[in-house]
Amino acid sequence: MGIFEDFQYPDVDKNLAREMGLTEDEYDVAVKLLNRKPNYIELGIIAAMWSEHCSYKSSKKHLAKFPTEADWVVQGPGENAGIIEIDGDLCACFKVESHNHPSYIEPYQGAATGVGGILRDVFTMGARPVCAMNALRFGTMDNDETKYLLDGVVGGIAGYGNCFGVPTVGGEVYFHESYQKNPLVNAFALGLVEKDKIFYAKAEGHGNPIMYVGAKTGRDGIHGATMASEEFGEGSESKRPNVQIGDPFKEKLLLEACLELMQKDYVVGIQDMGAAGLSSSSFEMASKSGTGVLLDLDKVPVREQNMNPYEIMLSESQERMLLVAKKGFEDKVKEIFAKWDLDAEVIGEVTNDGYVRLRWKNEEVALLPARELADDAPVYDRQYAEPKEHKEITNYNVYENIPDPGNYAAILARMLSNPNIASKRWIYSQYDHMVQTNTIFLPGSDAALLRIKGSSKAIAVSSDCNSRYCYINPYVGGKVSVVESALNVAVTGARPRAISNCLNFGNPEKENIMWQFVRATDGMSDACRVLNTPVVSGNVSFYNETRSIGVLPTPTIVMVGVLDDIENRVPSFFTKRGSNILLIGDFNPKIEGSEYLYKIHGKLKGDVQDVDLELCSSVIDAMVEMASEKLILSAHDVSDGGLAVAVSEMCFKDNIGVQINIDKQIRTDELLFGECFPLVIAEVDDFSIGKIEEKLSSAGINYLNIGKTKGDAITILHNSKVIIDEKIALAKEVYMESIEELIK
Amino acid sequence: MKAGVVVFPGSNCDHDCYYALSNVVEIDTKYIWHKESRLDDFDLVVLPGGFSYGDYLRSGAIAKHSPIMDAIVDFANKGGHVLGICNGFQVLTEVGLLPGALIKNRGLKFICKYVDLIVENSRTVFTSYYNNGEIISIPIAHMDGNYYIDDKGLSELIENEQIVFRYCDSKGETNDVNNPNGSVYNIAGIINKNGNVMGLMPHPERCAEKIFGGDGFYLFESIKNFFKGV
Repeated sequence: MGIFEDFQYPDVDKNLAREMGLTEDEYDVAVKLLNRKPNYIELGIIAAMWSEHCSYKSSKKHLAKFPTEADWVVQGPGENAGIIEIDGDLCACFKVESHNHPSYIEPYQGAATGVGGILRDVFTMGARPVCAMNALRFGTMDNDETKYLLDGVVGGIAGYGNCFGVPTVGGEVYFHESYQKNPLVNAFALGLVEKDKIFYAKAEGHGNPIMYVGAKTGRDGIHGATMASEEFGEGSESKRPNVQIGDPFKEKLLLEACLELMQKDYVVGIQDMGAAGLSSSSFEMASKSGTGVLLDLDKVPVREQNMNPYEIMLSESQERMLLVAKKGFEDKVKEIFAKWDLDAEVIGEVTNDGYVRLRWKNEEVALLPARELADDAPVYDRQYAEPKEHKEITNYNVYENIPDPGNYAAILARMLSNPNIASKRWIYSQYDHMVQTNTIFLPGSDAALLRIKGSSKAIAVSSDCNSRYCYINPYVGGKVSVVESALNVAVTGARPRAISNCLNFGNPEKENIMWQFVRATDGMSDACRVLNTPVVSGNVSFYNETRSIGVLPTPTIVMVGVLDDIENRVPSFFTKRGSNILLIGDFNPKIEGSEYLYKIHGKLKGDVQDVDLELCSSVIDAMVEMASEKLILSAHDVSDGGLAVAVSEMCFKDNIGVQINIDKQIRTDELLFGECFPLVIAEVDDFSIGKIEEKLSSAGINYLNIGKTKGDAITILHNSKVIIDEKIALAKEVYMESIEELIK
Repeated sequence: MKAGVVVFPGSNCDHDCYYALSNVVEIDTKYIWHKESRLDDFDLVVLPGGFSYGDYLRSGAIAKHSPIMDAIVDFANKGGHVLGICNGFQVLTEVGLLPGALIKNRGLKFICKYVDLIVENSRTVFTSYYNNGEIISIPIAHMDGNYYIDDKGLSELIENEQIVFRYCDSKGETNDVNNPNGSVYNIAGIINKNGNVMGLMPHPERCAEKIFGGDGFYLFESIKNFFKGV
């Protein structure tokens, strides 16, 4: 009796294919590709490999427009993570990835395994992870579900990262009702690797052994990739078994064992088992190398009884890797893994016939062409169009509908207590953000800044996305998100170098969602091109919809920059009293699409201004140059909440106050809380101001000298009339403690 | 002088301790693997922070049974100097080299931040470069840092001047508000009666350089000074 009878696998037909997530057309393509009907195991593998999550079938066409090259790019998209040069041969390897669907179903484990997955993506390439970050989106803080999800997600990220020993150095958190049933959890990791020590997912050398290393395989996460490629409906909680369980201690062992192994000359290629587990890792390795693989699935270490080949191929159990060793070095590999108390088993070998062959107790149970399945997945050119009703949003006239409410001190307090702006201390104090002793700028700064031991250089990282702008005008929103992340990096003095992105959108089969996606990626591409910050890695997460309500379009950008000399770093907080305060960039704030309009007036409307990318580029150049000449004491990018919020944030750390005045014919609420890009506040002392004014003028950058740091109050004048005069201590208390109060 | 940093499989501050000892204060330092059952001739053994064996059970409970710990207990009982930081402190209480226990933070959350400490005893091998009553700023990063000891034990600690660091505010007040984790008597670090084994929850290795504030530097310098010429 064959195994199909043993395991009582059902017959394959279109209905079964549909249950597994394939369309009828896709099923037909599969049949044609194989020249026969796939069996049950094969169908499961095809469904996982061709899921949106694994195949990028709706996004591929549009991702192709991203710039991906620059002199410093060592590895662009297509590998486990992107790699850029930092200092000579020393490179940074990084990527951001979503774990949205699992985090809604089971917030702690969903977020924890998101962190685990991204860490493996980095160390599978030979890089030791030196920092993690995360971009999170939740519903509003006025309900218990949000609090439960926030608490679970933060706990999961902390639980995993803290134990693993990677500092979680920053990120972003945003609350909006569209994320209520569809929170976003985007995890980022960055590691360091020498250029000649980079490992790739290769399966080369006929007869070389394929080894399974790390944790044993269980039944967790089966069909997780398929789940992440569907909308949520009623009863999503029943998918809890689809969520994997994380074991950060095991991951730490796997890291140390892999890095120790990589110092030796035993490994041909290595690939982590992420989405679609053993299926995607084996196919990717074979297809990239143009070879084939033969796997004996009964040799895979399992932790549950009676696991069958289908389950083994589709399990998304965590902390596992597949590696191709050099023939004859199997025992050497096992020895290293034994030192770290980990399994390492030979489960197959590299072949040269282009097929992935799966055997169970010597019986061949699946035979699939590797390259075709991995590379020739169906690709869609989905229809897209701006929905007609969207004009109601962009045509909204703020000035006719929203009067200036006055009472600016009270509004500033509300803005500062708004969880989208308030200090994220409650979150980041749960993350070990200092382990490895490299974190120079702690969370709460514009960008995290990491020193590199043995180098004078430092790495700056910032994660940003303006989903409000992306909703109103995805093209401008895409640009603004890149620009904001670049400015956050540049204000520290670091040169923005490359990005990783995580594109979170709704259902791509809907024209309006696809329109958001196409236009946002257009905006990002344009910005990346002008700023010369190519895309080196990333991930797409569609189907972020529950009951047909899509999330705000959320293309998370993580910008990585390099500071040439760590001694030239610029902090984000005022450093002393008596300094001059410069506002650098065109100060032309607008209420449309602003956080102020959304939070204080409850509207996410109005058309947003386009962004002058050339000007952004000049401002970035200027910030980097002025930092390298030590002309700037502190600098902060102005974004959500506008000038009033940005100035306040700079006062809080050392309780240094300001008195500023701006003469401009503009509504006062717009002056204080309106938004525009690029805009930077810089603190400059009397000795440097002449030089700076000269530099900015010759670069064609407008600026305003708006006042001085002074006393212990935030004093703001508009056309020489005092409109805000608040003690820092009061504003700071509201800012620091808001989220702690809300979560209670 | 020779220092050793113990590496449990889940240690994650081992590199940081090594860096502080070897690169910052320039002591000859080696790693000690947890599966070893005897110690070379070290002057100082450091048990670093981290999650020794995952710590899914009580922190340090499995580390207690590791081969290297028998050797370290023996080393300490013969007068060898041992410093336990964070998870290392937890392990030292588990094996009984230090009294008391470290339980979950009273807020039930992991806490990572700089805290102020008041130096209660600067007459130890580990703290001679500080002054009694000096206020220093050193980061904590732990889930189980809530030091517990019964009243009798506490009286003994006080009587024998075994309390080395206590959590305080910027003026040195040791009140409940500035007790980050609920520790009895705001205790952040203690030493054994013989003065050769110290444990503390804060991480001096995270601020041993000027760029991080530098207050942790003097702890390592104190040790180095004691062993000067060895």
